[in-house]
This record gives sequence, C-alpha cells and structure tokens, in this order.
Amino acid sequence: MAPVSRLEIDIRQKRFLPVGQARAHTALENLSVTVPEQQFLCVSGPSGCGKTTLLNCIAGLDRDFEGRIALSPVAGREHPVIGYVFQNPRLLPWRTVIENIELVLPDHQGHADTVDKLLEAMGLAEFRHTFPGRLSLGMERRVALARAFAVQPDVLLMDEPFVSLDEPTAQRLRRLLVRTWQERPTTVVFVTHDLREAIQLADRILLLSPPPGTVMADIPVTLVRAERSDRAAIEVFRTRLFREFPSLNGDL
Amino acid sequence: MSLKSNVLLQGVSLLALLVLWQLAASIMESRALPPPVDVLAAILRGFEDGELPYNIGITLARVAASFVLAMAVGIAVGIVMGRNRTIDRFFDGWLVLFLNIPALVTIILCYVWFGLIEAAAIAAVAINKIPTVIVTVREGARALSPEYLEMAQSFRLGRVKTLRHVILPQLFPFIVAATRSGLSLIWKIVLVVELLGRSNGVGFQLYTFFQLFDVASILAYTLTFVAVIQVIELAGLQPLERHVNRWRR
Repeated sequence: MAPVSRLEIDIRQKRFLPVGQARAHTALENLSVTVPEQQFLCVSGPSGCGKTTLLNCIAGLDRDFEGRIALSPVAGREHPVIGYVFQNPRLLPWRTVIENIELVLPDHQGHADTVDKLLEAMGLAEFRHTFPGRLSLGMERRVALARAFAVQPDVLLMDEPFVSLDEPTAQRLRRLLVRTWQERPTTVVFVTHDLREAIQLADRILLLSPPPGTVMADIPVTLVRAERSDRAAIEVFRTRLFREFPSLNGDL
Repeated sequence: MSLKSNVLLQGVSLLALLVLWQLAASIMESRALPPPVDVLAAILRGFEDGELPYNIGITLARVAASFVLAMAVGIAVGIVMGRNRTIDRFFDGWLVLFLNIPALVTIILCYVWFGLIEAAAIAAVAINKIPTVIVTVREGARALSPEYLEMAQSFRLGRVKTLRHVILPQLFPFIVAATRSGLSLIWKIVLVVELLGRSNGVGFQLYTFFQLFDVASILAYTLTFVAVIQVIELAGLQPLERHVNRWRR
C-alpha cells in the first residue's frame, strides 16, 4: 500500500510583525514538505530558524501565515488530532498525573485501559496520583509524552522535548520514545538542534537554513534502527552529512 | 511560635480587651456603655426568644445571595475584560465610575427604581461589590499563562474544559482575595440595606435598638454576627483554600 500523506506543509511566508523595539522578522519562507504517514521526521537547524514557529503553525496555534498546511484525520474523526510535546512539559500543576492525561482525552469513552497501559509503559504507574510539582523534570517529560500519545494523534509534534536533561536520562527517554512510537505508530515532527539526536531518531531529517527558514537539505536516514544505539555509527553518519552538506554549521 | 503559645497569646489578648471594657463600663456607669455581663445577658435573651438567630439567619441569607451574584457576575466580566483589550478599554471608564459610587447612593437608587423589595436589596449590595471583584479577577486574567492556553488549544480541550481546568485554577488566588474582601464588605453593606428598606435582619434590629437606646442589644447582635462571620472564614474558606492548594509544595 502506498503511504498516505496526512501532512502537507506549504508555507510561502511566515512573518512576525514589529512589536515595540523589535523589528519585523520573517521566520519561514518557501517551506514546502510532504510528510508520509507514520514517518518520523526530525527538523533541525540553527537557533532562530523558525523550528518552533513551524510546529505552532502545524498545531494551529499560529494561523497567521501565507500558505497552507493540510492535515487529514484518520477515518471516523471529524478533526485531525494533534499531540504536542512542548519544550517545557506544560503539565497543569494543579492536576495529578492521571488527571493531566485524562483531561486531553474526549469525554465519555472508556479510556481507562489505554491510559493504564501507557502509564505502565512509561514507568509512571505508581505516580498516577502525584502532582507534577513533585516529579523530576525527566518524569514530567515522560508524563508529557504519555499525554501526547494518549490522544492517538494524527501527528505528534515534539519541540526539543529532551533538552536540559542529563545525557543518560535523555538517552533513556529517546529509547522510550522510539519504543512507544513503534508500538503506536504515528507521523512525528520532532524539532531538535542536536544532529546526533536527529540521526538517532529520525527516518528523515529536514535541515532548515538560518532565518528566514527554508529547507536547506532533505536527508533520509539510512541507518537501520538496530544500529541507532551505536554511537560510532551515528558519528560516521554525522561526519558524512557534514561532508555532503558543507554549509552545515559546526554546532549542530 | 508554636500553635499552643499562639492560642494562649490570643486568649490573653481577648481577655485583656474584656477587662478593659469592664473597667471603662464601671467608671462610666452609663447605659451608653453596658458591661460585658449585660451584653452576654442580651445575647442569651436573644437566643431564648429566637429573635437573634432568626434575624442573623435572614441577614446571612441576604449576604449569601448578594455574594453569589456579585462573584458570578464579577468573575465572568473580569475574565472577559482581562482577556479582551478592546472590551477592557471600552468598559474601563464605566468600571471607574461604578467603583466610586458610594454604597449608600446605589442602595437609595435601587429602592427608588425597583421599590422596597428583596430583589432591590440584594441587587444593591451586589452592585456595590461587583466592580471590586472585576478589578481583582481582571488582574488574574491578564496574567494567565499563555503556555497552558496553547496546550489547551493544541489538544482541543474546548471552552468548558479550558475554563474549568486551565483558567479557573490560575484565577483561584484572585478569587480567594475577592472572596475575603467581599465577605467583610458585603455584610456591612447588607446592614445598611436592611436599615433603609427592610423590616427584618440584623440591620433592621440595630435600627430599632438605636431608637430604644438599647446599646447592650446593639453590641449583642454585633458580636454574635462577627463571631458567625469568623466561623464561616475558619470552617468554610480556609479548609476550601487548603484543599484547592494541596498541589502546591
């Protein structure tokens, strides 16, 4: 079966109007990309190239751009469902772990089982009635991940969800993400400025240019998933990318 | 300071006030300042013939009705004004006007326009309180975290869920502040409303005792009512606040 593309992005221009002392600024320009169903897409690029802006446009949080984003829902759904994992976990501190997850689910449906399984998979089962303020950042991120998967999203948006974690914790969460995604496949748009992270996770990497952000390179990641835990393999792939795309910045 | 010594200190402080009162009453020996014992007797008499609990009940019911009305309208308008700059600018002048109308004027006008009826009394009190609720809640609505609102929007929570789980919890400290100041303001205004146009309630009774020059009864009603308000604060508001704030570390 040919892959159905659920997500088509065609942004001609996204501008931010001047506010106070800040001048008008074009964040994205001529950015056109089609993401096949169940593809894991990583978007990377220098800071300020509009990665988060792109996610906000896809999520419908920012509709003020020229162009079109088409996201078609799976059969039986009226609207496409979006799972968003923000850079800060953005859990409601006055709701417990389980309440935070149940909140985003549609009412009047038996989700108890799905949620239980998800909490179990995320290693959160014993914290279901804990308030987020008592969790570590790594745990909060896991709850945010569970919340995004719980809605069975048509597209899962992730905005550098593993920054400011120590490397072992980030690594555990990346493996957890891949495992969860393989069990519950969905289209993913994952923003990161860490090229190693992108290589480890993605089927395909989109490199954006410095602002105004546009697609500088569209790279399929050819490493098989089994090789992804091997640092050396990732390093080799990264070196090859730098050779192929000399314009790549050293800090990626 | 430990809880025990705190309670002890407050007890001693109350006792000192009573002693001072007793001393002043014995020196003056006047009907204008009856000693504590006479006031206690008046309280007991009031409970015996049922007048005191009846009138306090009536007044409390008016306080409750105006309070609920003022909070509901004030919170709703406060949220809208805090979130919409055009509406905020348009109605800001009205708000300043209403904030500065003396309570007495509102009461008189409500009685003149709607007659000496219960609804006019309740409305008059609520109108006095609504502007201050709006100002307090508006402050909170302006400071709502855009991060949580974006979360609610991207997960399509809808209006009702967003209001209940995202907006109101953030407004809670402001609502509590409005409740605190509201309770103390409202019961004082209710007394004036009763004095001017009702034939029962604490305010009406106080007026009657004033004409009879019965200071002991005036103090009896006042002290009892203050005690009731304190109980509401301690047994109602504070536990509620603790419950809603249980997530804070």
